Order: sequence, then structure tokens, then C-alpha cells
Amino acid sequence: MNRVTRAAALAAATALALAACAAAPDEESEESPEAGGESTGEMVDYTACMISDEGGWDDASFNESGFEGLQRAGDELGIETKDAESTDPGQYASNVDAMVQEGCDLIIGVGFALEDAIEAGAQANPDINFALIDSAFSDTEFNPVTYDNAKPLLFNTQEAAYLAGYMAAGVSETGTVATYGGQPFPSVTIFMDGFADGVARYNEDNGTNVQVLGWDKEAQNGSMIGNFSDTEAGRTTTEQFIASGADVILPVAGPVGAGTLNAASQAEGVKVIWVDSDGYLQPANEENKDLILTSVMKLIGNAVFDTIENAVNGEFDATPYVGTLENGGVDLAPLHDFEGQVDEELVAAVDDLKQQIISGELVVESPSATPTE
Amino acid sequence: MSSTGTVVTPPAEPSRAPEDERPSYLQQVLDSSWMIILSAIVIALVASSVLIAAANAEVQEAATYLFARPGDFFGAAWDAIYSAYSALFRGAIFDYQADGLRRIRPITETMLASTPLILAGLGLAIGFRSGLFNIGAQGQVLMGGAAATWIAITFQAPVVVHVVLACLAAVVVGGLWAGIAGFLKARTGANEVIVTIMLNSIAVFLVSYLLTTSVLAGGGSRPISPPVGPNAQLPLVLGPPFRLHWGFIVALLAAVGVWWLLERSVLGFRFRAVGANQEAARTAGIRVNLMFVLVMITAGALAGLGGATQILGTDKTLQASSAGSIGFDAITVALLGRSTPLGTVLAALLFGALRAGSPLMQTSANTPIDIVLVIQASIVLLIAAPPLVRSLSLVHGIAKWTGRSGKEARA
Repeated sequence: MNRVTRAAALAAATALALAACAAAPDEESEESPEAGGESTGEMVDYTACMISDEGGWDDASFNESGFEGLQRAGDELGIETKDAESTDPGQYASNVDAMVQEGCDLIIGVGFALEDAIEAGAQANPDINFALIDSAFSDTEFNPVTYDNAKPLLFNTQEAAYLAGYMAAGVSETGTVATYGGQPFPSVTIFMDGFADGVARYNEDNGTNVQVLGWDKEAQNGSMIGNFSDTEAGRTTTEQFIASGADVILPVAGPVGAGTLNAASQAEGVKVIWVDSDGYLQPANEENKDLILTSVMKLIGNAVFDTIENAVNGEFDATPYVGTLENGGVDLAPLHDFEGQVDEELVAAVDDLKQQIISGELVVESPSATPTE
Repeated sequence: MSSTGTVVTPPAEPSRAPEDERPSYLQQVLDSSWMIILSAIVIALVASSVLIAAANAEVQEAATYLFARPGDFFGAAWDAIYSAYSALFRGAIFDYQADGLRRIRPITETMLASTPLILAGLGLAIGFRSGLFNIGAQGQVLMGGAAATWIAITFQAPVVVHVVLACLAAVVVGGLWAGIAGFLKARTGANEVIVTIMLNSIAVFLVSYLLTTSVLAGGGSRPISPPVGPNAQLPLVLGPPFRLHWGFIVALLAAVGVWWLLERSVLGFRFRAVGANQEAARTAGIRVNLMFVLVMITAGALAGLGGATQILGTDKTLQASSAGSIGFDAITVALLGRSTPLGTVLAALLFGALRAGSPLMQTSANTPIDIVLVIQASIVLLIAAPPLVRSLSLVHGIAKWTGRSGKEARA
């Protein structure tokens, strides 16, 4: 026992010593990137800052997507970035204040929970720009208000989810599809609204009767697991759906989708639709990526990057950004492994619907979509 | 949050046997001397500085060529630690880089953050002194906050009346919520640890549900309450730009009240008698079961008031997660303060400082928020360690030394 400990300690010490043996970088090489880095742009005197909600930057959901946009802006635009994670709602206001103190030029809040903090910051600091992901601003009476220095970043996620619902209904062999959410937030139920409408449209077009489990758009009520972290709850919920005959599942709960993939891998012929980013490309999903039919993508990172880029160029404007199928802010991911397996007519029908939505011929509505006018 | 596990797991039961001279685990934690607590804080800060350095990207880079140029490594490590702790100081006590009045704003932020911790911690301290391990402050804080919010957004009332009514509602609801655990313990002997933990879950889901209805969400579609009106807000002590509100003064008054209750009143003497020895208290004619209920109601009332100060003073809106980790941090605060009112206030100020300093540590020094939580957790671990060490009788010297000071504290 003792000998083992000693041997382990020795091995660890050796490893550490070896790891520390690398040659020191030359002073010159430290400077060279700056000298030769003209093409990538020199350091710009601009500071973009971002505050997470309770999820933190590693939530495999919208905080993470937003943070990627901030990091990309730091790398590509040569600006300084600062970030602060919140662990509870009591920290939103103090995080905004700390950002103001640190001389941020643009402060981005992630999620509707930061609305009040960002709103108060925008009112108190008219010379600093603000942005808020997934929410517009409203007063105490819930009437929309706008500020000259605060830009909402919104997403018509229901448009992409509509296409996913249509495709799910077409792919389903059992005639039953299902969805569930993390918590009944508008940014969650907007996926489920679009999904349910897409299925309904498929039924209308083809005279079928595909059922949606887990969401009732009329009643705005359905399956919620109560958080965005309990993968096990996602797994059991999915198992119940599968037992009820569903063979295409849309989990709208960030990382909890991993539980759905797990349950789907235990069953025969069950497919999963991922949300937020292309789930097929996520390293965490590597093992079960062949079960991912497609993904309802909400490209927050791009919206954040564009907002920062415009602000750095002095072109910040407070009109809301709305991600749509038209501008690529939301989209349906490629089919990847299902390419060729899905009926070509169905793919063509989905493409056709996409064009109709883009042209404005077809309007997908959701009570969760924030009105911008 | 995870910190509570370290404190709870060793049950207080084994020492019940009368022939066992050793006091209960809870008693041992309460008896640890000021020196131990102070050194625990210092050791935790030192241990955390190692983590701060390890988490720093520049230090990691310099570590790869440690032997080639050790100066870089130690320089980077020093920079990382210095900037983290100076950011903590600037965020929590005095900001020497700011202008004018803003320089003293950090200390008021510390007081602000400590307000709910003082109140909830006082409630828990009463429980600990009475031998009740109340884990339910989290739920009591949330229920109190929800009750205050409901009064604040549902009714209209004149300036002073409205805020007082909202706080009273929080006191009543918090007290009743904790009273359930006290009642169950008195009537059925149900373990208060388990009951209060369950009540925490029930409170979170109940408030989550109410936030989806018009009761707490007003007319909005989100699970968040409308902001409380100006009449129902706790007034500011110093005015803008300071956020410090009267809740802090209330908390200090409550500390004085709890001191009087525990040290000077008959009821408090009964509480402590039950905590010291239930059997003896019963023999002496104290109605132990009634005391259980009263202790829990008092504890819940204080925690509920803490929730009200958080919503009516600091946050202005209620969410299901509004209680944050107040209820669990308050357990640490009460234990750190040895369950005395003064100790609880000081410990709450320490935790408030760590909390108030964390935004600047993140933005200015790039210290991950997790490090701040690690500092808190290591303090708890080190506070909880001496009794653990003693109970394993590994270090007899320390045991004797602390045992002596422990007797003084108990006397």
C-alpha cells in the first residue's frame, strides 16, 4: 500500500518535472505575431462584455452559443472581451455594474432573466451599448419599450421548428411524434409551438393523423422536466414517449437531450431532433449521432458576432435583430446520415415550405415569439 | 450547496449514550474556538490562491517551461493571485480605482449581500442552539420571498404600510413553513433534517408553479414576477448609487433581538436547555415538543424575512431561483459564527464580501466564479474538520487544546 503510494507520487513528480522542461519562448517570437499579424487586424480599443444567466457558459445551450460568438469576436476582431457568469438572479445587477466599472463598450446579457438588469444598466449608462439575447424590453405593465442603446436579439425559432415538425411527421412510422421542454419559458415553448404546427400541416397536406405527444399548442401546456440539467429525467420521459408509440422525439432542454439520445439508442427505429446547434456535429453526441434526424438550429453565436462587429465599426443600432429562415438566424440542419433515407418528396416538400416562409407566403405563429413592431 | 453535505453526513446520534463523554457533532462544531475559525479562513484563502494560479492561462503556459525560466512562472502566479485578491478587495471593501463616492460603494454591496444571510443564519443559529439541524432555510427564504412578492404586486397600500405588510406576510409564511417541520417532529418524531430538505423541494416547485399562474407572474408569459412597486420596496439607506437598503438595519436589529432572546429571555433559556440535553429539559418541566415547534417557527420567520429583504430590497422581482444558495450558505454562516448572533453577523459579512467581490474577480481578474465557491466550500470543510479529526482521535494534541477552549465556550 505504502509502496504503491510512493511509486505513484514519484511517477507524478516525474511527469510534472518533465512537463515543465519545455524551452522558454524567445522574446522575439512573442512579438512576432503582433508584427506579422496585420492581416488579422491589430488590437482595437473596444471591449465587448457578456453576462450569463444561471446556466453558465458550459450549459450546452444558449449561454454557450452566445459565449462562442463573443470569443470569436475576440479572436477575429482583435477586441478585448470580458465575461461574468451568474450563479443566481441576485447577481445580475451587480455583474452589469461590474462590467460598467470595467469600462465595457458593449454589454450583452444572455436570456430573458437578465432583462431588468440590462434595462436598468441601459437607462443609467446612456453612453454604453447593451444587447439582450432572447428577449425584448418591456415595462412593468408588460408593454414593449425600446431604448436607443439597447438591442434585443430575437429568434423566430418557430419557423425552423415548423420544418422539423413537418419532417418528423413524414418520417414517423408509428404515426406518433413527441416533444418535451426543460421549463415553460417562451424560448423553449416557441420550439414546441412550431413543431406542433409543422405536424398539423403535414396531416393537412397528406390526410394523415400523426399525433404530437408532450405539447398542446392551444392550451400552451405540455411535458416539462423542470430544469435544464437532469439528463436522467430526459431519459425516463423519452422512454415513456417511446412506450406510448412515439418514434421521433424533440427534446428542448439543452444538454438534457443526451438522455433522449440514450433512451433512443436502446429502442428500435427511434430518431431524435436536436435543438440550438447541429447536434450531429457535437463531440458529446458522437456515439449516437446516427440517431439524429436533423436539428432546429438557432444561431445565437452569429447574431452576437454580427452585433459586436457592427458596434466595433461604430454602426450599433438598437433595432431588434430577429433571426429568421430568411436571414439564416434560424435554420434546419442537414440530414447527414439520413441523407437518402428520407423520402425525396418529403425533403422537397420541406424545402418548398422553407421557401414559402422566406417569401412571407406562409407565416408560422407562436404566442412566445416576441412582437417587434 | 455541495458544502452542506460535509456538515450533514455525520449524524449527531452516536453521542446520545449517556456514558459517552464526547459532546454531539453539532456541539463540537459550535464549540470550535475563534482561532480555529480564523485559521480555517486563512488556510482556505491560501489554498484557493493555488487554485487561482492553476486556473490562470498565463500561469499554465509559464509552467511548461518552469525549469528554463522559473521567474516567468512565479511572476505569472503572483500576478494572477494578486489581481484576483485585489479585485476581491476592490469589489467587496474599498475600490481605490473608482472616483468619489463610488469608492465606498463596495462595502455597502458587501452589507447588501450579507443581509439575507444574516437573517436566515440567525434563524438557523437558534435551531442549532436548540439541537435542531434545520436544513430548510432555503425553502423558508423562498416562501417568505414569494409571500412578500404576492402582497407587493397584488395589493395597493400607502408607503410605509405596504412594505411592512409584505414583510409581515414573509415572516408569517416563513414561520408556518418551518413550523410544519417542527410540528411533525413534535407529534411524530419525524427527523427535522429530512422533513426540511423535502420542504425545500416542495417550496421550489410550488413557487415555480405559482410563477406560471397569475398569482405571482402578473400578466406576463414568463416565470418571473412583475417588479414590486415603489411603495413595497425597502427604502435605500444612503440613496443612489448605493443599493444598500433598510433590510440591513432590520437584520442588525434582528441580531440584537436574537441575542436577547437566547441570552436574556426565559424562552431562550428553554431553547438552549432543550439543545443541551432533551432528557434533562423534560425532567425540569420544559415542554420539549412545544419548544421544537416554537424554535422552528422563529427560525422560519427570520429566514422568511430574509427572503423578503432579498426581493423587496435587492432583486425587485421573484423567480423560482431567487433564493439562490442563501439558505445553504446560511447554514455555513451560522456554523461559522458558532451560532451566536454576533458571530453570525460577522460570518455573513465575510460571505457577503466573497459574493460582492466575485463580479470584479470575474471581469477584472478573469477568476472563474467557481473559485469563489471553492473558497467558501474550503472554509466550511476546514471548520467541519476539527470535530471530524477529533472524533477519529487522530490528533490528540489538537483535541485536548480545542477541548479546553470548547469548555470555556460552553460555560
